[in-house]
Amino acid sequence: MKRFQTLVLIAVVALLWGLNYLFEENLNPYVLRVIINCGIGMILAMSLNLVNGCAGQFSLGHAGFMGVGAYISATITSVLNLSPFFQTDLGVGCAIVIGGIVASIAGYLVGLPSLRLKGDYLAIVTLGFGEIIRICFLNIEAVGGARGLSGIPPKSNFFWVYLWVVVTFIALLRLLRSSYGRAILSVRENEIAAESMGIDISHYKVVAFVVSSFFAGIAGGLFAHFQSFIDPNSFVFNKSVEAVIMVVIGGMGSLSGAILGGVIVTLLPEVLRVFEQYRMVIFPLILIVLMLVRPMGLFGHKEIWELFRRKASS
Amino acid sequence: MLQAFLQNVINGLAQGSVYALVALGYTMVYGVLQFINFAHSDIFMLGAFGGFYLAKWLSPSVSNPLLLLVSVILGSMAFCVAVGLTVERIAYRPLRSAPRLNVLITAIGVSLFLENLGQVVFGADPQVFPSLIPTKSLLEGEGLVLNNIQVTVVIVSVLLMLLLHWIVRHTKLGIAMRAVSFDIEVANLMGIPTDTIIIFTFTIGSSLAGAAAILYGLSYPKIEPLLGVMIGLKAFVAAVFGGIGNIMGAAVGGIVLGLAEAFTVYYVSSTFRDAIAFGILILILLFKPAGLFGTFKREKV
Repeated sequence: MKRFQTLVLIAVVALLWGLNYLFEENLNPYVLRVIINCGIGMILAMSLNLVNGCAGQFSLGHAGFMGVGAYISATITSVLNLSPFFQTDLGVGCAIVIGGIVASIAGYLVGLPSLRLKGDYLAIVTLGFGEIIRICFLNIEAVGGARGLSGIPPKSNFFWVYLWVVVTFIALLRLLRSSYGRAILSVRENEIAAESMGIDISHYKVVAFVVSSFFAGIAGGLFAHFQSFIDPNSFVFNKSVEAVIMVVIGGMGSLSGAILGGVIVTLLPEVLRVFEQYRMVIFPLILIVLMLVRPMGLFGHKEIWELFRRKASS
Repeated sequence: MLQAFLQNVINGLAQGSVYALVALGYTMVYGVLQFINFAHSDIFMLGAFGGFYLAKWLSPSVSNPLLLLVSVILGSMAFCVAVGLTVERIAYRPLRSAPRLNVLITAIGVSLFLENLGQVVFGADPQVFPSLIPTKSLLEGEGLVLNNIQVTVVIVSVLLMLLLHWIVRHTKLGIAMRAVSFDIEVANLMGIPTDTIIIFTFTIGSSLAGAAAILYGLSYPKIEPLLGVMIGLKAFVAAVFGGIGNIMGAAVGGIVLGLAEAFTVYYVSSTFRDAIAFGILILILLFKPAGLFGTFKREKV
């Protein structure tokens, strides 16, 4: 079984590698850009899903963590001039991981107030944290301040982004199926009941925040090294809202739903491009209609593959 | 030193009373329905644009500045009420029994919709809000700036807040509103038409936003479709600061926030202006989660 998994993993990596070549040769750059953006959206949605969907803690500051990851990794690769190693593919990969780690430290700090607050208050505090992180970057001249940071090595290609999509997916799926994951889900279902069953809810809330912001930081790092330019405006409140919408469309707590949500939210503005300026009007309308008609999101708590399973087995 | 201090107090009061008016809208809806009406900030924005076009249309025919000001404020209030009630009817009422998260997301959706619609209809470029009353300096010399606009802003806000206080404390409608915010189900059982009360709450909140929008336009004559975002967030912070659901708290919170911002801009840096609001918010929520005047409900098993 273990060997089978390793083989599958190697096959997936090889497939991504092959597709990368295929796409870069044959696809027009615009389509490839959209596909890569979808990948970043997927990582963002899956990571937020852990906090918003699985742990039931409503966070509105995800763009802040993404920003931390983006700025830290971009600082390592293009401001600090540590060594030429950080210009290579592998070096950028390391920088992105460091960005993710720093983002998870920020996530730990934001997770702490979540122990005392819930619902709307938590939403507003995380929103505030996100904005404060952004304003800090705005005021640090070393990373360009309001002008933004340019000249970041554009190293995130299809291969790296989708490799991270696979890593995020596997990591979160394994987490959710472990005893940790069940504990996190129990916090969402009923905090008091969970606590009386001996689950340390504070611990699991913080775990959810830390893991979630790690992957958000990764998404940010990939974003920075894909755009090769970032400024504080890339991580405004609307970006957090976008991430929330991804999770909500897919269904709160559904990992595969989050992937789909990430794709939909990234693709929709592109598809609606024919409507020109009206596309950003139509987009929120779709969200409102979805909330009115299907409040649980497309999949609810279920995963895509569970939808096709017979009812009797569940 | 003292002059600078007084100057900041004046600026802070003028700005803070606008925050307070917007915060009242948030806090009243939160008090009754327990959700953050994210669209409130965009109703504020629409009020500013409504007033902008009304002022353009009226100013050739109305020469008396006071009459012009009053009619523009009333017009903007009416427009905001219309928008607010439409939003409530179409987006919020069908979700009355839905989970709070869904209502919150719908509110964010409405907010995005209004912002983007504003960008399509009004254009993304900032417009110059017409000066309805000619600016006159009231204090000459002394190194202090105090003009009639700042005084108007504060006076109109205080009048509206007193009116609100009277409605909430001394009318039957106000008693019903307080009953609904105390417990909506029991209020319903006692024969209070909760839907009507919710409509009234939205009416009052939106009309205050409309008035605030004109006062904002008078003091900062540059309006754009995204102007509601930051003001809305800060007004919400003000509402939380005072204890959300508490009307008095929202007024005090708005003023405190305005003062804090004015002092931050002067003594620290203008780029930290937006951060101070959220800093205050996080501190207050960590140390006094229910806000200054709020009461904390303990959850029972």
